[in-house]
Amino acid sequence: MTDDLATVPPAGADRARPDDAAGSDDAAGPVARVTAPPTPSAAARTTERVIGLLALVGTAATVWLGIWVTPPDKVQGDLVRLVYIHPGVAWVALYLAFGLAAVSSLLYLWPRTRSLFWDRLAAAAVEVGVVFNVCTLVSGSIWGKPTWGVWWAWDARLTSTAVLLVLFLGYLALRRVPAEPEVRARRSAFVALFAAVDIPIIHFSVNWWNTLHQGATVLNANLSPTIHGSMAWTLLLGFVALTLVFVWMLLVRYRIGALEDWLAANELDLALAERQAEGGPPPAAPPGSGPVDGVPTDRVGVA
Amino acid sequence: MWRDAALVAGKDLRIEGRSRVALSQVAPFGIVALVLFAFALGPDRQIMAKGAPGLFWVAVLFCTVLAIQRSVSVESSDGARDGLRLSGIDPAGLYLGKAVAVAAQLVVLEALLAVGVVLLYGARIEVPWMIAASCVLGTIGLAATGTLYGALSSGLRVRETLLPFLLLPIAAPVLLAGTRIWQAAMAGGTPSAGSQWLKLLVVFDAVYLAIGVVLFGPIQETA
Repeated sequence: MTDDLATVPPAGADRARPDDAAGSDDAAGPVARVTAPPTPSAAARTTERVIGLLALVGTAATVWLGIWVTPPDKVQGDLVRLVYIHPGVAWVALYLAFGLAAVSSLLYLWPRTRSLFWDRLAAAAVEVGVVFNVCTLVSGSIWGKPTWGVWWAWDARLTSTAVLLVLFLGYLALRRVPAEPEVRARRSAFVALFAAVDIPIIHFSVNWWNTLHQGATVLNANLSPTIHGSMAWTLLLGFVALTLVFVWMLLVRYRIGALEDWLAANELDLALAERQAEGGPPPAAPPGSGPVDGVPTDRVGVA
Repeated sequence: MWRDAALVAGKDLRIEGRSRVALSQVAPFGIVALVLFAFALGPDRQIMAKGAPGLFWVAVLFCTVLAIQRSVSVESSDGARDGLRLSGIDPAGLYLGKAVAVAAQLVVLEALLAVGVVLLYGARIEVPWMIAASCVLGTIGLAATGTLYGALSSGLRVRETLLPFLLLPIAAPVLLAGTRIWQAAMAGGTPSAGSQWLKLLVVFDAVYLAIGVVLFGPIQETA
């Protein structure tokens, strides 16, 4: 399938190796640099789908139990239903996503486990973590307005969550700076490491700051002893469902990240190959009309 | 390592001595910040005296960003960074030297800003040694983190915009601790309230200095 590309003399393409022009014995000549896009194995795809399905079912069950089955709280009324979502989201954002990002970054920096796998995993964890972090702050605000009377309080937990969000966003901003994959991975891993080291210090300082500043805010302390039965099960299910949602989003994001890296590495060569195919000698391949069919992944798979 | 650190610090301070960028640009910027804070908070001297500790440290943080930018940019042209790496200078020494040079400039700047805060905002300092301790420890922390992030971002074309975004949240504990210590020192009589914050600063400094000394070599390779 690549012969329409391979037969094009790459004289105009200054990046092509000169000896490839005559090298008819090297069938994959000019397109040799375009590697096949990473495709996950069938097992990986199945796992992703199963987890996605479980996450969907779990979330739906949590919503059903949380809204229709469980009773309203004596003190808080229907507001208590946020407790089935909020702690689970916070658990994912503050512990799961951040912990995973920190561990992956450390594993990337460790020479014996250095692999772009850990870099992409950390990036995916941070990106999904930002989504969950924002959901934590939003759901907390929705709960805080009727309960505390304000959308935002400078409570220690709220403040550390917000600082964590800013650190996450800085990490993502750094990742958007174009660079070689290895350089970017190294840079990002260092930033994640510095931030991870800072988290306990920020945690302590914000705690002291708050307790010196004002009395500790009562963070639904009345809830934990009274929770039982269907409420406890729903809460637990919420944790599981949100963790599954996180894992599913992580897998999808990782796959997209791998494709993005592939595209960044092959973009120019793909475009060159397309242009060459346009102006080349009449090939046997069907698409002579131009690159209207987007990225011709099927034409480079052989290389 | 120590000799290299002294060499690098001497080099950076000599550049500053000849170019006077920190003295003629960063320090005046700090004063401008103090004046702007006064405009923002109104002419009520009581409010300004109350806010003086925080405003002082915010001004110091902004100046730190500028000082770090300067510290990076003196090596950005003529392949100076590569030259330094080729010269066989120990990376840990390079890190410490650059941090010391930044810290020295910041300490001078803080003295200036402290005088400004006392004169302009009417802040009354009851326990001077706590102020001095917070400034020394806070400056070490800012120089330690700033030099790390400066090196990380030194090769980036978007350095100017990205550095403050990355550095300032990391330096938040310094702002919190410094402000609390200043408040304790201005209230007087309760050094115990400030001592836990001083300990926090010591931990912060130690952690980031250790990271810098150990990892500065690999960090340079990202530039």
